[in-house]
Amino acid sequence: MTETTRTKGVSRRTLLKGTAGLAGLAAGSGAITGFPYVKSADAKVLRYLGTAVNEGDDISKQCLKDTGIKIEYITATTDDVTKRVMTQPNSFDVLDTEYFSLKKLVPSGNILALDAKKIKEFDNITPVFTKGETPGGKKIGGQGTAPWKVLYLEGKDSKKFATSATEFVTLIPTVYNADTLGIRPDLIKRPISTWAELLNPEFKGKASILNIPSIGIMDAAMVVEATGKYKYADKGNMTKEEIDLTMKVMTEAKKAGQFRAFWKDFNESVNLMASGETVIQSMWSPAVTKVRSMGIPCTFQPLKEGYRSWASGFCVSKGVSGAKLEWAYEFVNWFLSGYAGAYLNRQGYYSAVLPTAKAHMEPYEWAYWMEGKPAEKDIKAPDGSLLEKAGAVRDGGSYEDRMGGVACWNAVMDENDYMVRKWNEFIAA
Amino acid sequence: MDMSEEVLQQASPGLIPGSGTARAAKPTRLSPSFISWLQAGPMMLVFLAFFLIPLVFVVIVSFWDYNEYQLLPALSGRGYTDTFEGCIAQLPDLCTIAKTYLKTLKLCFLVWAITLFIGFWVAYFLAFHVKSKTWQMGLSLLCTIPFWTSNVIRMIAWIPLLGRNGLVNSGLTKAGLINHPIEWLLFSEFSVVLALVHLFTFFMVVPIFNSMVRIDKSLIEAAYDAGATGFQTLVNVIIPLAKPGIVIGSIFVITIVMGDFITIGVMGGQQIAAAGKIIETRVNALQFPAAAANAVILLAITFLIITMMSRIVDIKKEL
Repeated sequence: MTETTRTKGVSRRTLLKGTAGLAGLAAGSGAITGFPYVKSADAKVLRYLGTAVNEGDDISKQCLKDTGIKIEYITATTDDVTKRVMTQPNSFDVLDTEYFSLKKLVPSGNILALDAKKIKEFDNITPVFTKGETPGGKKIGGQGTAPWKVLYLEGKDSKKFATSATEFVTLIPTVYNADTLGIRPDLIKRPISTWAELLNPEFKGKASILNIPSIGIMDAAMVVEATGKYKYADKGNMTKEEIDLTMKVMTEAKKAGQFRAFWKDFNESVNLMASGETVIQSMWSPAVTKVRSMGIPCTFQPLKEGYRSWASGFCVSKGVSGAKLEWAYEFVNWFLSGYAGAYLNRQGYYSAVLPTAKAHMEPYEWAYWMEGKPAEKDIKAPDGSLLEKAGAVRDGGSYEDRMGGVACWNAVMDENDYMVRKWNEFIAA
Repeated sequence: MDMSEEVLQQASPGLIPGSGTARAAKPTRLSPSFISWLQAGPMMLVFLAFFLIPLVFVVIVSFWDYNEYQLLPALSGRGYTDTFEGCIAQLPDLCTIAKTYLKTLKLCFLVWAITLFIGFWVAYFLAFHVKSKTWQMGLSLLCTIPFWTSNVIRMIAWIPLLGRNGLVNSGLTKAGLINHPIEWLLFSEFSVVLALVHLFTFFMVVPIFNSMVRIDKSLIEAAYDAGATGFQTLVNVIIPLAKPGIVIGSIFVITIVMGDFITIGVMGGQQIAAAGKIIETRVNALQFPAAAANAVILLAITFLIITMMSRIVDIKKEL
């Protein structure tokens, strides 16, 4: 599969270069026109709305090179992406968003499911998404909005999630990860093994969680369960009483001065950790990498209760049809064909289609990132900067160990409205 | 020539070509009130289109119902009742929303008082101690230099200074003055007020300076001649005459601080609730009517403060 896609890209490139010379290259930048077919290539533009996770200059450049499709990124936070889909569905073509947003997006009718039959690599998508288990057969925790619960729609325009596989896929999976707490091992100086440590008075005034209610409350629930105070039926779909209980525990900790600050975006979390304002906090994997690349020790600490996972994927706006829809399929197929997957894997995320990503990675890279083996050579970030010296082992071990250890998924609760109000009270307390 | 033409000619003599004869003046026989409307019109239209109409929408939406993903255009007080949920049951304890608004008012008052104090003296210095017009101009331009960078940058610049391992703390530790870093320097009400004062003092300086330079210097001389002390002159002459500037500056600062949530968020470590923050969270959760309801409440409170201030000083008269 990979081979055919790649060959196609090359032949197009050769054709462009061969016949139109420099103008062929310029087709990408849209600067020079003059040949009819160059003009048509020129117009292949997709407006891509998403969070920064899947986006990157390298990805868009490679995509342009391989397919002639020019990607225009519209970057926003997860909340803002959702808002934009609700209020301006015609302002984007391709949507890259998280599965947990679907509970809001699908009923709004503003997005269009893609047809699984037209996705070349669909059958190669990791069973994490389709069956809720790792390729090695480990069962994955399904609390919260697990992707397999919202992967299919009953029909093309249906607003109901299908319980079994259909042709209509809400989001074609692209990237996912298993999140946990980040710690500063140099400042903590002892092993950390449980979520309960977040509220350990030992770290008073040096802990932090993220101020995104739907995710923050999941982390809080992991902590509450870890302390043995309560066991939730579903952390991702709490009752009002459970929300009250969770927020009570957090509010007490806050009043006792446990938290240094809350963070809302990537950079805030990096700054808190790098400056030593906090020593233990919820974090995202690339933020940990970022702190480490600044020369400051930081561990994405695996914990015995498991990980809180998230996943995102592609769909299109309801306004997309005709040629544009074909480009969207071409783009999604390109995205799953390996280059982007390898790029994401090298950042510590996971690609939805593993075999194609593997084909685009060096064996030593694959061994480090995916198999949890010590690095044979120095590990470089996609931008070429040094991430780890040879001999280092990835936090959390192999893909199997990590994804197999997922306890719950980012979610939107039935009682979301109530939860947001309670979260506001927590912030104000 | 009738009255209207006379007025017209006075207002803009060039408007009526060859106005000696009544015949030639006929096609431009515009009533003075029409001219006034014409002059005020463009501003009024902008005001209407970009302020009043959106505001009316906000008020309307605040009375709509909502669910997870859409607005339901049916009359509902849910935005308001949700906002104040449990407030009566909780009495005499204050509910979160009341606490949040009180906290916002407290921060607003502190920032207002400090910026007024600093702004007043900076303006005073510029207006009375700097004699040359060139220096006055130069120094007031100097005040604008911080505004050449963005708000966010000026705000974030405080973080490495005030942090646990920041410049202030490490300086004090090295000087042997403290053993443990001072925690309340950052992510506290202190840092919020500090940053807000830093950001907005200029909005006080300019209007107060503007009022002060227009004070007739002979009034001050007269006060001295009549035997007033420096303090008496300040209280009885300068402050009353600078009042319009003080009120205008206050309105700037109060309206900005009441609605701020970015500075309070960043400098408060996201742990300090503010009225603007509630609106932001509501909008992020797609609860637009509830957000609109909070916006209406915030607007009402701000409006009330400004009305009270303009009761104290009749700006229209003073200008």
